[in-house]
Amino acid sequence: MNLADIINPNNLVYEKPKLLTENTMHYCPGCSHGVVHKLLAEVILDLDIQEKTIGVSPVGCAVFAYNYIEIDWQEAAHGRAPAVATGIARCNPDKVVFTYQGDGDLASIGTAEILHACNRGENMVVIFVNNGIYGMTGGQMAPTTLLGQVTATTPNGRDAGRNGYPLKITELIAQLPGTSYVTRQSVHTPASIRKCKKAISKAFQAAIDKKGTSFVEVVSTCNMNWKMSPVKSNEWMVDNMFPFYQPGDLKDSTKADPASYTPLKN
Amino acid sequence: MGELRLMKGNEVIAEAAIRCGCDGYFGYPITPQSEIMETLMDREPWNETGMVVLQAESEIASIHMVHGAAGSGKKVMTSSSSPGISLMAEGISYIAGAELPCLIVNVQRGGPGLGTIQPSQADYFQSTKGGGHGDYRLIVLAPSSVQEMNDFVETGFKLAFKYRNPAMILTDGVIGQMMEKVVLADYIPRVTDEEIDRRHGSWVTNGRKPHRERNIITSLEMDSLKMEQNNIRLQDKYAKMEEEDVLFEEVQCEDAEYLLVAFGSSARICQKAVDQCREKGIKVGLLRPITLFPFPKKPIAALAKQVKGMLVVEMNAGQMVEDVQLAAGCMIPVKHFGRMGGIIPSPAEVVEALEQKLIGG
Repeated sequence: MNLADIINPNNLVYEKPKLLTENTMHYCPGCSHGVVHKLLAEVILDLDIQEKTIGVSPVGCAVFAYNYIEIDWQEAAHGRAPAVATGIARCNPDKVVFTYQGDGDLASIGTAEILHACNRGENMVVIFVNNGIYGMTGGQMAPTTLLGQVTATTPNGRDAGRNGYPLKITELIAQLPGTSYVTRQSVHTPASIRKCKKAISKAFQAAIDKKGTSFVEVVSTCNMNWKMSPVKSNEWMVDNMFPFYQPGDLKDSTKADPASYTPLKN
Repeated sequence: MGELRLMKGNEVIAEAAIRCGCDGYFGYPITPQSEIMETLMDREPWNETGMVVLQAESEIASIHMVHGAAGSGKKVMTSSSSPGISLMAEGISYIAGAELPCLIVNVQRGGPGLGTIQPSQADYFQSTKGGGHGDYRLIVLAPSSVQEMNDFVETGFKLAFKYRNPAMILTDGVIGQMMEKVVLADYIPRVTDEEIDRRHGSWVTNGRKPHRERNIITSLEMDSLKMEQNNIRLQDKYAKMEEEDVLFEEVQCEDAEYLLVAFGSSARICQKAVDQCREKGIKVGLLRPITLFPFPKKPIAALAKQVKGMLVVEMNAGQMVEDVQLAAGCMIPVKHFGRMGGIIPSPAEVVEALEQKLIGG
């Protein structure tokens, strides 16, 4: 097959999702955010909800998420995305609302907001990108930083006595009756990307069906602040993050009898 | 005439919110304003008008819920008291920065810190000078009666939407807990989603429509030149407020030789003090700023040419007095009298302070 054949539209097998904008992403090469954005854009288009979806972007590396997906977006303060999303969702019950948050945003400064939004069972999707480090501010310890992991504020490795333990917030969230689907995914291989897309799609379908909060953690890499190559980062994640943050569904009651749970009352 | 009732100030805020077509209230309990949310929950407006009422997990969450709902073009509000408003400062700054309309009610109590649950006016600086980070202003309305608690809910929303800026009703435990006669407003229907799209389609984030570009609500701008332009736009808006929406009341100022300046519950006390002074033969008038921002600089400047001195009466250590001094421009003595920590001054104390600080001094 020559170049002319390859670029012939009739031979097109893959293209950039139509909902991704033309803006050049600010993410570092090798970062997981770009893949997660792509999956979100695909799922929103697949479900044909681009005209009723509102994204809530966080403070952190994904602060500019609104630049990349062609939908309405509102920017939240650090950690407050679940509260902002609650306000939108409660006053616009026919719309689909999601938050996109990192580990510092969701599991540190915004712990109260995420736990209570999930506990109330707000009809929303939470995309939680966990790379165990603060990216935007330059690689400081996050609540999800592993014991022994070196960061700018744990230069000799995270020490439980000095810094406390890594927080498995997704396990906490899965305990809450307000959540219907809680899962942990990754995007480091073609297979895991396909699986993650299915999970995101299921989460959005649950929000459309008003089944409460759906929560998708994506265990991710931050090769820049981990100070590794993208390939090495993926290996480090599999060897070190996965044993602690085990991929898979933590909870799935999306198929449960609707009579078995209390729908949100507006 | 609307329905006449005997009600508490706090209850009236709730009733007025339902009647003016408010879409949502998000709040957290704190004394002395908890009756606002209690009244709303008891009235169950979701059955009547479709209004959402939600008890949030904190004041921080409350204001960010308001932030979100306001972004979708809805008419939404929160209420709290002083320490809770401090917690909301972050969210208020974001809402002002993102240029969204909303209504915030502060039923003040004495501070600093946990302070007291008794009334105070010590949040004047916080309310009128910003309160959170960055160069922003709130539209601040100071009711001095239960009737004005009712009226200013709709006034606050009107101004908030006119300027796409948060408006605050700055009241205190006196007015919030006081029962008075009030004429309630007639019901206004909630604005429909179609109408929101028609009026606010250029900025609301309620789902991208085929006929418009997608909207993004943010206060973030990394380009300093653009960020300065954003700030200039805000400052122009605040200047327009000062031109078009200053509210104040003058009581017996025509022949006044001395002027009391007071807002909210202090103005009620000063009204009585004016009467007591006049009985003694002292010609005293009262100027009551109703909007604390925009501040009534012009009427104060005009009266500074007429009176021999001004006494600013506040339940704080002296906050609005600075704005009065600026407006009066050093032409005459401008003194302060205040009580703090939840103490409400009596009219007799005000008369005595006026005599000591201005007439006798």
